[in-house]
Amino acid sequence: MGVQITCKNAALGYENRIVAENLNFTVSAGDYLCILGENGSGKSTLVKALLGLKPQVSGEIVCAHQGIGYLPQQTVVQKDFPASVREIVRSGCLGKTGLWPFYTKEEKALAAEMMQKLGITKLEKRCYRDLSGGQQQRVLLARALCAAKNMLLLDEPVTGLDPRAQTELYEQIASLNKSGITVIMVSHDVQAAVKYASHILQIGKKQQLFYGTAAEYRNSRIGRAFLETGGAALA
Amino acid sequence: MHNFAKLAEYFSNYPFVRYAFAVGLLIALCASLLGVTLVLKRFSFIGDGLSHVAFGAMAVAAVTGLTNKTVIVLPLTVLSAILLLRTGQNTKIKGDAAVAMISVGALAVGYMLMHLFPSSSNVSGDVCSTLFGSTSFLTLRKSDVVLCVVMAGIVLLTFLLFYHKIFAVTFDESFAQASGINANGYNLLIAVITSLIIVLAMNLVGSLLISALVIFPALSAMRLFRSFRSVMLCSAVISVVCAGSGIILSILFSTPVGATIVVADMTVFFLFSLISLCRDGRK
Repeated sequence: MGVQITCKNAALGYENRIVAENLNFTVSAGDYLCILGENGSGKSTLVKALLGLKPQVSGEIVCAHQGIGYLPQQTVVQKDFPASVREIVRSGCLGKTGLWPFYTKEEKALAAEMMQKLGITKLEKRCYRDLSGGQQQRVLLARALCAAKNMLLLDEPVTGLDPRAQTELYEQIASLNKSGITVIMVSHDVQAAVKYASHILQIGKKQQLFYGTAAEYRNSRIGRAFLETGGAALA
Repeated sequence: MHNFAKLAEYFSNYPFVRYAFAVGLLIALCASLLGVTLVLKRFSFIGDGLSHVAFGAMAVAAVTGLTNKTVIVLPLTVLSAILLLRTGQNTKIKGDAAVAMISVGALAVGYMLMHLFPSSSNVSGDVCSTLFGSTSFLTLRKSDVVLCVVMAGIVLLTFLLFYHKIFAVTFDESFAQASGINANGYNLLIAVITSLIIVLAMNLVGSLLISALVIFPALSAMRLFRSFRSVMLCSAVISVVCAGSGIILSILFSTPVGATIVVADMTVFFLFSLISLCRDGRK
């Protein structure tokens, strides 16, 4: 089991305002880590640090930033964007093309493979804004997989989906994880986190509240407290 | 037939009409390509703000009495474009307020300068032609034409080379950044190109009407087409056709060039909206 991310005593934030500190965790190949935390607990700052967009204030984060396929939260701009599914999925390959202005054969093949994997090949020529929320997330997942084949970082992927689409997306992510892809997911949904994730990291009030396997979390005091309230304290 | 004869006479006897026609089409083409990105990124207002800045810069240039005004107008506009983009991110004055502030400020200063230091006896005529495009567009000098062609070439080449990256940055900035694309760099590139086009288009339609040239073709194309590439292509075609017919009509009926082109663009927009309504209604 290769270690893909190590975070040691990391503090995140800005020069004069620390958002989260004393973060300690590791992510190994094939893990499914769920990051829980209330709004403002520093989840998005942690995401930026993992992506290499915002360096930590102190401590150490060892991680191959380029190897992460990122699924950001949806923006307003995307809701009515005229783009075909194929155009969007292929844009996942852009990090590798450098200055060359066109997609290579290999990149086109990679995009086709990922669309196949997520069952959206039929939608290839459809317009993104005409798709359902669940389908849109699949398109963005395929794009993320084009950017990095073995690690995904998902930022609240089920937000705004109806319950059925949520379950489908969770199952899809779980099956990707089973096929060997490391998954890191930022989430509000404690129940789903315990059900699907292998590890849980909970941050809140500037510090790390819990890190361990999902089974340990279920038996811990903090975990039980949150599971009983259904994560209401988190939302 | 009389009209055709008149048109043929203009085109065959006066080379400057041919130049103006070519330059107009090139400007329209560049503006429409950029327009798609600007509209989708919710940057339409930046184009509008910059055109007012260009007006102010034009006034400064007129006061200094330089023959080649572009020397002053271009750097000033590019500079404001960069400033506007910077203010868009996490500053005390929010993006839209900053644009409004800079644009009306430039407009006021420009108008005042033109009054304080009139370069000709006809101040309101000067102001009017800067705002709404000059009829002298049809009598461009050869150096203007060369400049236009070179700048249009730069814009088109940039679009061709960075097409996919511009798409990625437009669609999803955070993802683009995460996968190693310099999103801020591309935003800057887009801002600089925007100011280039605005300075170019100022001769054609005047600074108040530039936004129409940028926005209408893109919006029309988005009514009917559903992929980024088809929207780009359609927007380019609409813009070129409208600019072409606008210039021809303005010669035939002696109407102002800029306004005629914009009216042509608006007509296409309403036509396309109607088609899209009918199509959606049938579903």
